[in-house]
Amino acid sequence: MPLLQYREALRQAMAEELLRDPNVVIMGEEVAQFNGAYKVTEGMLERFGPKRIVDTPISEAGFIGLGVGASMLGIRPVIELMFWSFYSVAFDQILNNAANLRYMSGGLIHCPIVIRGPANGGTNVGATHSHTPENICANHPGVKVVCPATAYDAKGLLKSAIRDNDPVLFMENTMLYGERGEVPEAEYLVPLGLADVKRAGTDLTIVAHGRAVLSALAAAHLLEQEHKISTEVVDLRSIRPLDEATVLASVRKTHRVLLVEENKPFCGVGAQLAYLIQDQAFDDLDAPIKRVSALDAPSIYSPPLEAEQLPTPQRILKAALAVLK
Amino acid sequence: MTKKSSTTAETKNEPVAGGHSRAPVNAPLSAEAKIDLYRQMIRIRRFEERSLRAYQAKKIGGFLHLYIGQEAVAVGCCSLLGPNDHIITAYRDHGHALAVGMDMKPLMAELYGKATGCSKGKGGSMHFFDPSRNFWGGHGIVGGQIPLGTGIAYALKYRGVKGACLAFMGDGAVNQGAVHEAYNLAALWQLPVIFVIENNGYSMGTSQARSSAGDLARRAEPYGMDWGMCDGHDLYEVRAGIVKYLERAREESKPSVVEVRTYRYRGHSVADPDNTYRTKVEIEEYRKTKDPIQVFQALLLAEGVLDEGRLAEIDSAARAEAEQSAEFAEASPYPAVEDIQKDVYWEEDNPGEKKSQGRIFFD
Repeated sequence: MPLLQYREALRQAMAEELLRDPNVVIMGEEVAQFNGAYKVTEGMLERFGPKRIVDTPISEAGFIGLGVGASMLGIRPVIELMFWSFYSVAFDQILNNAANLRYMSGGLIHCPIVIRGPANGGTNVGATHSHTPENICANHPGVKVVCPATAYDAKGLLKSAIRDNDPVLFMENTMLYGERGEVPEAEYLVPLGLADVKRAGTDLTIVAHGRAVLSALAAAHLLEQEHKISTEVVDLRSIRPLDEATVLASVRKTHRVLLVEENKPFCGVGAQLAYLIQDQAFDDLDAPIKRVSALDAPSIYSPPLEAEQLPTPQRILKAALAVLK
Repeated sequence: MTKKSSTTAETKNEPVAGGHSRAPVNAPLSAEAKIDLYRQMIRIRRFEERSLRAYQAKKIGGFLHLYIGQEAVAVGCCSLLGPNDHIITAYRDHGHALAVGMDMKPLMAELYGKATGCSKGKGGSMHFFDPSRNFWGGHGIVGGQIPLGTGIAYALKYRGVKGACLAFMGDGAVNQGAVHEAYNLAALWQLPVIFVIENNGYSMGTSQARSSAGDLARRAEPYGMDWGMCDGHDLYEVRAGIVKYLERAREESKPSVVEVRTYRYRGHSVADPDNTYRTKVEIEEYRKTKDPIQVFQALLLAEGVLDEGRLAEIDSAARAEAEQSAEFAEASPYPAVEDIQKDVYWEEDNPGEKKSQGRIFFD
């Protein structure tokens, strides 16, 4: 199976959907002539031309709102946010308009729009560029939120997102763009709302999403090597819809849970999961649920410190041992 | 005539000889077509008056932004729409909904929060929609609908459709960033959108003089867009003032900004006190000299198109229709609790085509 970078997998997904559906348009800052700020859309202008690959001014509220309006008429815009952090200047367009239009029209309208881009800390760009808004966005009924961790998932989920008739907020990670993974040559889709057990285990369940999945896998490896502990790692892949069944099945198997995310802890995805697990699998738990998140402060710039602010394999390992105590 | 510096500047819509009734867009109107325009304005007014009574009787929740005084703007503009033209507006949307041909009953039922409402009781006064009539709402956030309207125009151009979008906003919206971002995109990409500023003089309780620097429509100039102004109390003038921009949008895919000067008699919302920022004398003055229904009625009487008997007939029919809409709303059921979680996701409402898995609603 070919090894593709995460960014190449995203590009393939968009290219395939552009060929499949003439309503698909790629739009965003620097996506065309500049070849993408993170080279996700590299070469696409040349291949598909300026009607399908559209450079926008730095004007997120304008072009996201424009995309939402066009989607009401059946255009399928795939809009790149150079950083998901910039969603705040388009909050009204994303979470008032895209999220609510169907509801407020009593189901007369739907908005098949995808808004995608990196949503992560860890790259020493300071707090303004390091937001992880999956929890904030998923708090809004009307949108779907996806956080792929691997090249395979990135491609399969993005293709599903583009075909989805609801607004999908697709959150990537700049630190994953260069990560390679196996991506089949044959077409495939990964459905939204289906978690993936990235590593099977029997002693402990770690639930994570996005890059935290890779950190969890690294911690799981250390737990195996250093402590002979068998860890199952569940990758949510999708935040809303949420695959509760896979999470609960793993909890019922291992009876111990650690929730890991690169988001800040307060009202994070882990909080929702902790509620779910105690509600549905209380009697299966042999220990209190623990969480590992980013340390609760705005994202620090200082490079060695920011690496510590995010959940490291060591911090995950430590928390895992506490759960297993 | 105001001299504009830019080649793209338009003049205020100058009266043609014999008044705007002789303007090319109005001259061919049949007597019945004129009467229909008049009827539409009367229907809006009677609907609004009836909804006000329902609001005062506590049948309607939240806000009620009445269109009374502005009827000629929506009716005049919407009367120009062709099959490929679209509109979108802000929260003072009842007039536009009626002007595109929506029935009073689902509108009143929506105000009552009933399941038979145009949005099934989920949108309320500010959120009327009818995509089958190319009416895309009804939007609550000041200026927030303007990028959407620009996107509608983008979709038309993308598909090669010769149509346009009229994107309505109030005078308060012109200071919102989203509006300027939309102006820039519309001009940059030459999208067939006409930004119609319904300037009723007040953004809520703040007058234009206290909220906006310079002329409102003139802000089109630095974006290189055509712009113009017209008075909104004369329906003929509204049509004459809008039509050239609409045709230019359809035929040449050119955006523009048109400021239509109008007035509202009621508060920003009927829940607001209307005694802090303007005088009763001012309201009365407008009502006496510029009321759009009175103005058009006088024109049609003078033209011999209408007579007193027909006027009374139209009025009583509109009152009866409004009354019937209130009866319909009153008699209609509220949505069920189970309905709260419908119409959130297309996929959940179309389970046969559902592709995603997992839980989408939480408790």
